[in-house]
Amino acid sequence: MADAILEMRGIRKTFPGVVALDNVNLRVRAGEIHAVVGENGAGKSTLMKVLSGVYPHGSYAGEIHFQGQERHFKGISDSEKLGIIIIHQELALVPLLSITENIFLGNEQARHGIIDWAQSYRKTQELLRKVGLKESPDTLITNLGVGKQQLIEIAKALSKEVKLLILDEPTASLNESDSDALLALLLELKAQGIACILISHKLNEISKVADAITILRDGATVESLDCRKEAVSEDRIIRHMVGREMTDRYPKRTPAIGELALEVKDWTVHHPIHPERVVVKGVSLHVRKGEILGIAGLMGAGRTELAMSVFGRSYGQRISGKVFLHGKEIDVSTVQKAIRNGLAYATEDRKGYGLVLDQEIKGNITLANLPGVAHGIVIDNGLEYRVATEYRSKLKVRCASVFQQVVNLSGGNQQKVVLSKWLFSNPEVLILDEPTRGIDVGAKYEIYTIIAQLASEGKSIIMISSEMPELLGMCDRICVMNEGRFVGEFTAAEASQEAIMRSIMKSAKAASEN
Amino acid sequence: MENNLGAAPIATAPTAYTGSIKSNIRDYGMLISLIAIMAFFQVMTDGTLMRPLNLTNLILQNSYIIIMALGMLLVIVAGHIDLSVGSVAGFVGAVAAVMMVQYEWHFVPTVIAALLVGALIGAAQGYFIAFFRIPSFIVTLAGMLVFKGLALALLQGQSVGPFPVEFQRISSGFLPDVFSGESLRLTSLLIGVVLAFLLVAAKLRDRANQVKHGMVEEPYALFAVKNLVFAVIIVVLSYLLSSYKGLPNVLVIMFVLMLLYHFVTTRTTIGRRIYALGGNEKAAKLSGIKTERLAFYAFINMGVLAALAGLVFAARLNTATPKAGLGFELDVIAACFIGGASASGGVGKVMGAVIGAFIMGVMNNGMSILGIGIDYQQVIKGLVLLAAVFVDVYNKNK
Repeated sequence: MADAILEMRGIRKTFPGVVALDNVNLRVRAGEIHAVVGENGAGKSTLMKVLSGVYPHGSYAGEIHFQGQERHFKGISDSEKLGIIIIHQELALVPLLSITENIFLGNEQARHGIIDWAQSYRKTQELLRKVGLKESPDTLITNLGVGKQQLIEIAKALSKEVKLLILDEPTASLNESDSDALLALLLELKAQGIACILISHKLNEISKVADAITILRDGATVESLDCRKEAVSEDRIIRHMVGREMTDRYPKRTPAIGELALEVKDWTVHHPIHPERVVVKGVSLHVRKGEILGIAGLMGAGRTELAMSVFGRSYGQRISGKVFLHGKEIDVSTVQKAIRNGLAYATEDRKGYGLVLDQEIKGNITLANLPGVAHGIVIDNGLEYRVATEYRSKLKVRCASVFQQVVNLSGGNQQKVVLSKWLFSNPEVLILDEPTRGIDVGAKYEIYTIIAQLASEGKSIIMISSEMPELLGMCDRICVMNEGRFVGEFTAAEASQEAIMRSIMKSAKAASEN
Repeated sequence: MENNLGAAPIATAPTAYTGSIKSNIRDYGMLISLIAIMAFFQVMTDGTLMRPLNLTNLILQNSYIIIMALGMLLVIVAGHIDLSVGSVAGFVGAVAAVMMVQYEWHFVPTVIAALLVGALIGAAQGYFIAFFRIPSFIVTLAGMLVFKGLALALLQGQSVGPFPVEFQRISSGFLPDVFSGESLRLTSLLIGVVLAFLLVAAKLRDRANQVKHGMVEEPYALFAVKNLVFAVIIVVLSYLLSSYKGLPNVLVIMFVLMLLYHFVTTRTTIGRRIYALGGNEKAAKLSGIKTERLAFYAFINMGVLAALAGLVFAARLNTATPKAGLGFELDVIAACFIGGASASGGVGKVMGAVIGAFIMGVMNNGMSILGIGIDYQQVIKGLVLLAAVFVDVYNKNK
């Protein structure tokens, strides 16, 4: 018992009408990495808000013991004072301020209200070294990639003498090498005696670094596992998370691949702001009817840029190349034309580019094909309702009614609304950009099932994903993209994580040698 | 959550009632506030507020604000703002005055030309906003100064008037009475009654259509009571107006525009697209919506309505003055926000903006009758605006 830095006992938190947490126990030992896993809505974030004092003492039942004493946090500042620091999924950095300014924001190195910049700069340098960054402290946050921003957040936490670091989905938007760097840093911090709570959906990372795992389901602790005593398999974690056996993580499908559908030839795209930078360099690809084509690659490889530029030139400038559908050249110069010619693009950024969050499910589903529910310019409310309900039941969108605002849906259900929208526009080729990002395991399976179903109906699917297992599990063919080029192509039988990584590394090496 | 009414009618019926009543209170909250404010002033002014003469004045005084609020709502829903509407209304009034008084144009071509000028102004401002992405706040702030100045220059600091009688009738005329009733204008009353019937009929048709598609959640009794109340309100109002001079022409214009914009925003593809544009421009764009063009149209529309308001205002004063339109934009914008529009775009209703305008109008009128000075009137109006938006935000966060 003595070595527990944090113990949460019998936590119960209710919101009007809902029990969010019920009898949750969490015990983190000093200097360990403790993973908290669970499906979306299992109560992970609520638990962390209870711990950090966002929900003050008295608004929940149960006890929190930190460093051997019972604590009553009234707000975030109380928990921060003791060294409990939480890094949220949405990073809280000010883009147009420098690294130094961000790290000491709210904690300025000042005397009598006057900032000591020399000291701030020196301390920042030291912190950056600790997290393994070589940037100048004067660099603006906006010039850093997401991976580095994540490290800045950790540096900021270190500046506050952190004892317990809480990371909420830190690698959700990172590519593999950035993720690895982050995990390595966590191990290093652990060696320095800093305990860490890691909330993540990525089970392979958890099995890499976690010493203990607590699994939440429907607001209750279902299992606490100690990885040091026993080996914990991913399947076991998944089983506890979803509460059912998941023998197959991907639906079985027998591909029925037909004639050539979409063909993109010699596609080149320049950066929208810096025209001298070529983002997509002469890429050619093709996809057949009923085929699922995967595009693998690291973040920043140009996959999203390729997809968006093909879809109505929504990205970039000085675009050249040709697009063919069923052998005939098609005009994709605007989004309208791309949609009319049978393309659809479901974005990687659901909230930013995919949904009108304040609007009802109904309105979001019909947005890309309003004429489909209208007579002339007049919308037929009844028809629209019927269409929306049809997709709701077809894709199993869990909601009270189609009049619900999409902002209140979980990530998986929001993604189903985005898919519904594009299905209703009746495309022949669907480009799905990171279709399962930020979605829990159960909902992922449902999304996969929908994708498989679409392919079997004869749609062509292009699936962009940073999660290689999902590409390997779903695709008939995988193209590998790196630095704007296609650098490898594998059939489902040939493909493996190693083969894909190898082709990326080989091309990177070739590029650096030239 | 899926209530199966067939399986458990007894258990779900009461919840359906409370649920529907709650959602109605949310939807009609502003209307209920308006009625409460009217009742308050009705009592405080010993019944002066609802006297036929005063009611007619109330409508005439607020007509131009309401006309502009219709356009402003679209602009705000699209995620923009237009600060120039007051100046544009004043400028267009001045243009019309110069045409009719100095060049002796007939009023029909004058009205057409004036509306075109409004459209052009809207297009010019919209061009910079939509295609060059200059914030609407800045472009229309510039427009506000430019057109205030141009109106002054055009009128050379003088008032220009009076206007032909036909032109004045836009504001001060009433629907002619075919029955030549002395104390009661039967035509106007009849129109009111017919309107009430049409409204109920339209609602019944909507409901039938909803039943057909299985989307009805509101109990029938509630639906019936609600529409009966609306019908009675329309008939009573038209009775009151009929016992003075009948329906003002400008009320007819306003009413037609209100219905038109209500329809456009709730039932047409272009309306839906404007909400999507304001709600999430990037998502709208990636769904194939021509967002730039849509914002451009919203400003042209605003320009035309500002021009119409300018004409109505000039016709009411029977003269164009350099001060016309001063500060109108604030009342118009306030009306939209009181009516529940969101400053960040994507949210707002035409009927909300109209009710918002009437709340401001009734308060102006009521406080004037009570003899409250213009100083404290402004204080109270400001507080009401803040309170209305506060309640709105509070309800949303709950």
